[in-house]
Amino acid sequence: MTALVIAEHDNHSLKPSTLNTIAAALQCDSQVHVLVAGSDCAAAAQAAAQAAGVAKVLRADAPQLAAGLAETAAAQVVSLASGYGHILAPATAFGKNLAPRIAALLDVAQISDIIHVHAPDTFDRPIYAGNAIATVQSSDAVKVITVRTTGFDAVAASGGSATVEAVAAVPDAGLSTLVGREATKNERPELTSARIVVSGGRGLGSKENFEAVMIPLADKLGAALGASRAAVDAGYAPNDWQVGQTGKIVAPQLYVAVGISGAIQHLAGMKDSKVIVAINKDEEAPIFGVADYGLVADLFTAVPEMVKQL
Amino acid sequence: MKVLVAVKRVVDYNVKIRVKSDGSGIDTVGVKMSMNPFDEIAVEEAVRLKEAGAVSEILAVSCGVAACGETLRTAMAIGADRGVLVETDAELQPLAVAKLLAAVAKKEGVRLVILGKQAIDDDSNQTGQMLAALLGWSQATFASKVVLETDTARVTREVDGGLETIAVKLPAVITTDLRLNEPRYVTLPNIMKAKKKPLDTLKPEDLGVDVAPRLKTLKVVEPPKRASGVKVPDVATLISRLKTEAKVI
Repeated sequence: MTALVIAEHDNHSLKPSTLNTIAAALQCDSQVHVLVAGSDCAAAAQAAAQAAGVAKVLRADAPQLAAGLAETAAAQVVSLASGYGHILAPATAFGKNLAPRIAALLDVAQISDIIHVHAPDTFDRPIYAGNAIATVQSSDAVKVITVRTTGFDAVAASGGSATVEAVAAVPDAGLSTLVGREATKNERPELTSARIVVSGGRGLGSKENFEAVMIPLADKLGAALGASRAAVDAGYAPNDWQVGQTGKIVAPQLYVAVGISGAIQHLAGMKDSKVIVAINKDEEAPIFGVADYGLVADLFTAVPEMVKQL
Repeated sequence: MKVLVAVKRVVDYNVKIRVKSDGSGIDTVGVKMSMNPFDEIAVEEAVRLKEAGAVSEILAVSCGVAACGETLRTAMAIGADRGVLVETDAELQPLAVAKLLAAVAKKEGVRLVILGKQAIDDDSNQTGQMLAALLGWSQATFASKVVLETDTARVTREVDGGLETIAVKLPAVITTDLRLNEPRYVTLPNIMKAKKKPLDTLKPEDLGVDVAPRLKTLKVVEPPKRASGVKVPDVATLISRLKTEAKVI
């Protein structure tokens, strides 16, 4: 059998999550194909062909696949599914939207957010916001999987030399259309793949404070910006900065939590970071329970001080 | 237009769960159970659509043990008109729940299903998408804004990198994200009123659905614990230790 990875891409380049997903796929099967479904997506297909370990790239190129809408994209994957023992997508908004639809069309279970492959049919996945890890075994002929990207080191983006094969695009399902996208302006590293993440919480007190305190620190460290759910709910930071069980799962080399108390659901999103720093004036804050280095201090003096000394 | 909202009974989000020592699962004996918070948002959204005149009737559905009836009463206290309990003691996985919901949706002639994007117990994030697939309907997941028009729903979705707005043809399945709305507090008079609302009970067999699990849970363990760290006295020490000890900056 062969494993099929559904590439997440913007038609020009691959999203880094695709490389982590390929790594997981290689643990399920030695033979890995990548599907690049999009519109004018030759460049993305070429990038997939260069990823280490990929044997073949399937390119479905048509206007109805441009926006990655689930109804048509799922039909595209199902049209190609025969012969594959595994179908994998990253556990990102893109993959989570798509994979269950594919699984249901194939009448198989979907296995969400895997963090470890024990055997081609046996996987670890976090449940209860990461407070427990379940080992599950699938009895289905095809395993449809989403991959938590922090669980697998990305394969190299270059060095591969897979062939690119054009495949027929399915017709537009005609069920949905993209009206528009409102991208958060962000010239920083992408949150889920950044080496350093600095996150702000409710302790910042306002959007203005959040920006005044956190942005210089992020700039100084070349870090991605994150936020706790409390900070996002209060409007201090945009929704896609949210780190946590229901937001983004990150595992950078360094995670700096500023004014974040450390609710269970936040910890679920960052506790696999290599080094965690917490700055909080409440020494009882649960965040100190997971922090490698804790600084009990007023963030409004400590963070500017840090920026000055870095 | 008739709307179906699906609600799941889960361990309350404030409970710190305990993994059973034999690795067989989570200890739920005597633990407070509540409606999955994302489903509460789904019920609230349906009620707001009804209050705005866009929806005529709200049917709440829950699948699982008899106690899920309580979850349905909560949904009716928020404002659902009636409840259907698909009762079974069997372990239900997302594909089975999606099949049960699809059968109820067809039987009831609903044109819109709203449910939480994920349940906070198994964190699967699958049921809505699977339901849409089984019904051949459009899907709008992770909704942070819903506007109903005559034959379409215009839904703003929380995606990586920002927000995305899509127009989906009705009938459709919408799954809710956290910022769609803030559910109202349930008042005592509404709890009393909910007790009088109709609640029907069905079995999976009545709907012709095979709910046999496809995934076998081999074991459940606690995640590896992080060794507790140190407190540093000041910023200078913090920076020096990050440089020389942790070597991350």
